[in-house]
Formats: sequence, C-alpha cells, structure tokens
Amino acid sequence: MDVVSHDVLLVGGGGAGLRAAIAVAEHNPGLRIGVLSKVYPMRSHTVSAEGGSAAVIGENDTLDDHAYDTISGGDWLCDQDAVEFFVEEAPRELLRMERWGCPWSRKTNGTIATRSFGGMKHDRTWFAADKTGFHLLHTLFQTTLSHPPIQRHDEWFATRLLVEGGRCHGVVAIELATGKVHAVLARAVVLCTGGAGSVFPFTTNANIKTGDGMGLAYRAGVPLKDMEFVQYHPTGLPFTGILITEAARAEGGWLVNEEGYRYLQDYDLGEPKDEPVRRSMELGPRDRLSQAFEGEREKGRTIEGPYGEVVHLDLRHLGEKVIDEKLPFVRELCRKYEKIDPVEELIPVRPVVHYMMGGIHVDMDGATPLAGLYAAGETACININGANRLGSNSLTALLVFGARAGRAAAEFAQGSSDPPRSVLAQALEEEERLHRRVLGRSREGGERLASVREDLLQIMEERAGIFRDGAGLQAGLSQVEELRRRFAEIALDDRSLTFNTELTHYLELENLLDVGETILRSALERTESRGAHQRTDHSERNDDDFLTHSLCYREEDGSSRVEFEPVTITRWPPEERHYGE
Amino acid sequence: MANDKAKDPMEDAVGTITLQVFRYRPEKEEEPVYETFEVPYQEDWMVLDALNHVKDQMDGSLSYRWSCRMGVCGSCGMSVNGEPVLTCATYIEELLPGPIRIDPLRGFPVIRDLVGDLGDFMEKLQRVKPWIIRAEEEPLEAGAIPQTPGQVEEYRQYSMCINCMLCYAACPIYELEPGFIGPAAIALAQRYNLDSRDDGAEERMEILSRKEGVWDCTLVGECSVVCPKDVDPAGAIQRYKVAATMDWFRSLLTPGRSG
Repeated sequence: MDVVSHDVLLVGGGGAGLRAAIAVAEHNPGLRIGVLSKVYPMRSHTVSAEGGSAAVIGENDTLDDHAYDTISGGDWLCDQDAVEFFVEEAPRELLRMERWGCPWSRKTNGTIATRSFGGMKHDRTWFAADKTGFHLLHTLFQTTLSHPPIQRHDEWFATRLLVEGGRCHGVVAIELATGKVHAVLARAVVLCTGGAGSVFPFTTNANIKTGDGMGLAYRAGVPLKDMEFVQYHPTGLPFTGILITEAARAEGGWLVNEEGYRYLQDYDLGEPKDEPVRRSMELGPRDRLSQAFEGEREKGRTIEGPYGEVVHLDLRHLGEKVIDEKLPFVRELCRKYEKIDPVEELIPVRPVVHYMMGGIHVDMDGATPLAGLYAAGETACININGANRLGSNSLTALLVFGARAGRAAAEFAQGSSDPPRSVLAQALEEEERLHRRVLGRSREGGERLASVREDLLQIMEERAGIFRDGAGLQAGLSQVEELRRRFAEIALDDRSLTFNTELTHYLELENLLDVGETILRSALERTESRGAHQRTDHSERNDDDFLTHSLCYREEDGSSRVEFEPVTITRWPPEERHYGE
Repeated sequence: MANDKAKDPMEDAVGTITLQVFRYRPEKEEEPVYETFEVPYQEDWMVLDALNHVKDQMDGSLSYRWSCRMGVCGSCGMSVNGEPVLTCATYIEELLPGPIRIDPLRGFPVIRDLVGDLGDFMEKLQRVKPWIIRAEEEPLEAGAIPQTPGQVEEYRQYSMCINCMLCYAACPIYELEPGFIGPAAIALAQRYNLDSRDDGAEERMEILSRKEGVWDCTLVGECSVVCPKDVDPAGAIQRYKVAATMDWFRSLLTPGRSG
C-alpha cells in the first residue's frame, strides 16, 4: 500500500477546498498541503453557479441588513453569531477574489457592480456576468498554482476516513487512473466535497454531487445537521434541470402561469409592479416561490409540457441588449439546451432541487465533533442558511468559511503530532474491501447499479419533495432500508483497476443512500413546517419545540437517530416572515 | 445535472442510433477496439445521454468523464465523428442517421476507453503563470482596484476558457510538437497579460516567447473553430506574436534597452 503524508488535507477541489488550501498556504507556507479531488478541481460544481455572490458594499446597505435578510430568509433557523461573522467577513473575501483576478462586472466608473437577488433589502450581489461560479472557481484554481506547497491528487476518490483514538488521521483514497488504494495521512482533514443534489431525480446539481463527504463523516460517527432542509430553486429548465439564475428575475423577469398571470401575487408575496421590487413577487425567497408553483399546479393553472408541468419565465420585455449584457449565459443555455430564444420566447421552468442547507455538523471554525476533522462549503452545516438559503450567499459562504476552516485546520495541524502508523491497518482493511469484496463480487444474478439508484431518486422525490407528511416519510425510510439490501446484491460489470467509473458510481451510491436516509429521518422527526421543510400534517412553524437544529447520527447497527440542539439567537428574535412591501 | 430519471428512456424513444465506441481496457486488450451499441434515443438527447444509457443499461464498464451537462465544467470533450466536441452539447438528431463514432480526444494518451490523460496540459498551464502578478500589493482596505467595463472587455474573452481540451485535440501542431504550450494555456496567459491589474507579462514572456511558446503555432486556426466558448485562442496567439515582434523591434531601436 502506498502512503502519502500531508499536514493538512483538503478533500474536494471546488470553491471551498481551494479557498481553504490557499488559506493554509498563507497561514503557514511550511505546511505540506494536499488537495484530493475525484475530478480535476476546475470541473467541480462551483463552476456552474451563475447569479452572484453577496457582500455589503453599497453606501445604503448595512451588515445588519444582510444579517436580517439571511436570518428571515432562513426562517429563523440560522445561528446568528455565525451569520454576524459571515456578513462582516463577506466583503473582505470578495475583495480578495478581486485581487486574485476575478473578473467582477463593473460600473462605468470602474467600481464593483451589484445586483439584487431574492429576499434582499438592497443590491449586494457581486457578479461576473452570469458565470460567477465559473470565474470564481477558475480564479481560485489558477491562484493555487502559484502556491508550491499545495500538492494535488487529481482524480482520487476518498472512500473512508482514518479514525483512531478519537481523532481523524487522514483518508483512504482510490487513484482512479490506476485503481491503486492509497493511505493519505494528515494531521488535519477538511471535507469540502459539496452537496448531494444527485439524490433527487430532478436537480440543477452536477452528476458528481453525491454527498461523498457527508457519507464519509456520517459513517465515521459524525452527525449530519438539518438534513431535512433541501432547497428547490424555482426556475429550472424541464428535462435537463439546468438552472436559470435568479438574476433573470432580479433583472426584471416575470413568472407567469397558463393565463399569463403573475401568480405570485396570490401567495402573499406582494403586488406586481413593472419594475422589480426587492423582497417582493419574483424577488421573494426560493422556498416560497417553489411552494407557490405547487399551489398553481394544484389549481390547474400550470402548463403541461413534454416533461411535466411548468410555468413560464418571461424575459422578453427586458430586450436583447440587457439580456446579452447581464444574462448572456441564460440566453446561451436556453438556445443550446431548450432550443428557444428568451429574447423572443417564454422560458418553461419548474422547481428543481438545487442546494442542501444541511450537512456535516460543524462550528464556525468548520470543526466537526471529531478532532482533526473539519468541513466547509455545501457539504458542511454551521448553520448560516437556516431553513432556506438566500440566493447568492452560498458562493460567499464557501469563501468565508473555506478560509476560516483552512486556518483552523492549519492551527490544529501545527499543534498536533503525525498520525500513528497503526491507522494503516484500517487502510489495508479498506483496500481489501474495495479490491476483493467490491470488485471481486459475483456478476451473476444481481441487479444493475442504475436501477437501485433510480429507485432511490424516485423515493426521495415522492417522499421528501416540496411537501411532505409523516406517513410518506416513514414509508420512504422503509423503502430505503429495502434498497440497502438490494444495494448489497448489485452486480458490477467492471472488474478493472484502470479508471473504473462503475466502482466510483457504486461508492457514490453508498453515500447517496446515507444522505437519503438522513434527509428522510430528519424530516420525519421535525413535526413542524419551516422554510424549505413543509409538512402537510404539521403545517405551522413551531418555535416552542423546534427552534432547534436536527443532528442525525448513525447507530452501531446502521440505523439513524435524531437529536436536537438549540439555534443560537443573538439580536434577532423570531418573527413571522414577511415579504411584499 | 442528472436528466429527469422519472422518464422511462424507452417509452419516449423516437428511434435507435448506432454508436461505434472506442474501447481500450489495458488489462484486457493490447490494442483498442470499436464496440457497437444500438441505443434507443429521445428527441432531446445529446450524445452524452446515449453514452449514459449504455453505461446504465447495457455495459457498466464503459469509462468516460462527465459532470455538469450544461457545457461549463469541461469534462465531457470527446471526438464525435472525428470532430472534437462537448458531448453534453451535441444533439444526436444533428448526427442522423448515424452511426456515430466516438473516440477519445486526439493528442492525449488514452488511460482507458474515452478517458485521456490531461497531465501534460496541467503542467503547461502552471508554467504560463496564470495568476495575477502585482508589482506591489495594496492592502484590502484600499478597496477594489478600479477596472472599467472596457478594461474588463480587454481580457474577458480569454477568461472564458473551460479547459475542455477541444483546442488541443484540434491543433495539428500539438500532435507533432508535444512540447508546444498549446492554445488554451497561451490564451489564459494572455488573459492575465491583458488584465489591467496584472504586471506579470514580462515573467510570462520567458515561456511564451520560446519556440514552444507562441512561435510553434503556424496559425492554422482550428483551435478557434472548435472552441465551444468562443475564446479564440488563435487570436490570442496572433495578438501575442504581433506584440512580441513590436517589442523586439523596439529593443533594437531603443539604445540601452536589452531584449
């Protein structure tokens, strides 16, 4: 077995992982830094983020307004101390990106341009046209190339955490090109593996977003927090699930039903105006807009398309010039993937799974309850997003908390000893599992990997979609239990060691099963409705019992169990959420 | 992005397409072979969707890369009927009646099936120093370094590169001169050279002005033809050559200035 050693190991090479790597290098260039990613870093899903990244910059805006928008948007489930740190650090992080070359869109006088986004009192979304995530990721990746201490392991897939004596000492990983299993030892590990949208059938998320870090942490005994909160973005293209950014509505786009009526006015989101009004109508929060779509569907006012019911996003009144200047990617995506031109035509859209508010339980430093293990980005949950993330907070969050987790991990690594050689026994055990028990399994009689995966996705959509109820969630849990039995019997076609993507898909499915189970379990235990978690059998928010985070643990026997711990409230006591004037 | 798996692919099939897929499994065969798959396809399917159907339903051992399925991650570049394309952005219906031949991108050592080794590009990218080099660092408190929309426009096009490698696959020089830095890496070097915040052009010149830098390029221009993001690497290279030539003349004409 090959052994590689680092002081700090970043697992995942997206925005959070790369920002963390640079933070470690700047904190102490003497540390040996590893970035291990199952894809080349610039392929990471950060690349797909479109609309922008929030930070207070305008003269009329305040940190308190950013905090309030975030907390109310999150239906009071945000930890307010973390939100306060987040909004304060946000402008500095976006300026840092500016120094590293991010091509932020500018005003004519050369200063940073901003736009508004859903649920915001002020314009505070910095953007690079509508390819903000793409530019952030490539800027970060190219900047990491200037730091020699950052050593990459491109296309390595982490399969297990090495844990001994109550501490994390690294990971076991498969080098995809050769199939070799490596023990990657580290004094501190930061999981930055992104979300898990691929556990739902219809998602904006890339195929690679399979909750890998969540699965690794969960199986090592670290709880997953607030997993019941899954964000549906209100405007995805049917069939492909390609995201049409909220910026399209911020620039003035309208959502209309079958009758051409701006239906959001019927859902307590304000009165329709010609110009976009902040925190109103199309600029309401994502949870409320996605729920409104379901309302229209029930009323029979949606439009039947070849891939199910849709409503229309109307950008035609914006004109070609605004669309080309502010939303060029939207036009490109519509033309290429939907064969329509938004300058002339209505865009069919429907809600689509977009973001996991929940994730690995961490504190503000990104520290998990397991010493030496940190997490940042979508895979982690502090929680600053509460029950519903505000659009354009996620890119900022992966920078702010990626950097902070990187620094905390660097500090931890400096003050701790090298991993004990005894953990290598676990690595050998894992190699045995992968090479013999998984690759060496019989090809006879078992079912295809894809059929188990597709059934999981359907269960999640049916049982844990925009609206849920206790009976359905309970049934979903039983179905997932049955799927685990089928998972154990899957027959694999590929026994090769060389770039075996069937093996990675199999291991990803293992992670998706864990993610699916924790979503269902946490949603079942939260008998209230809040933000993105809407229970038809418990339709009211219940602050007396559920101003709490759920923590989902894996039990020894493989089952899941939920505990609750209180939300941190500092200056903003719970109120009713109010949008539209 | 996963396609909506609620749909049964067979149910909405509008026809069947023949794929001839390059296979190379180093543990199994000494030489690559072509394997034929008959795939039922839907009207809105891309070539990538057909490959996913093969992998999910017919042969799980087929290896290839993909991720975003929206033309921005750069993973799924392959050679389709001899042309380097993003398979997530190439409709099957545009290739009818078929068969469709799918090969790995030309110019990269094949690891397995449709997966090429990008190590050479990654190393070259680092050599052109694609990051901001400032003569002096200003503190963050000084705020954003001003840059007008016109100044952003100077380099914007070259910043759109998704590293999909289609331009290397199309470049006749890269195949013959493996040392050639290549279209995307040069375009990205120019992206920083032309950024008003950058002072690193002279450092990058060390590599760009070598033979294997811009001068290996004979301006065939295929790189710009195949680029899915209109980056125009050929234009970047040409522009650099002109600027470098002007610099060279100036160094001859200006007393006391060395090249």
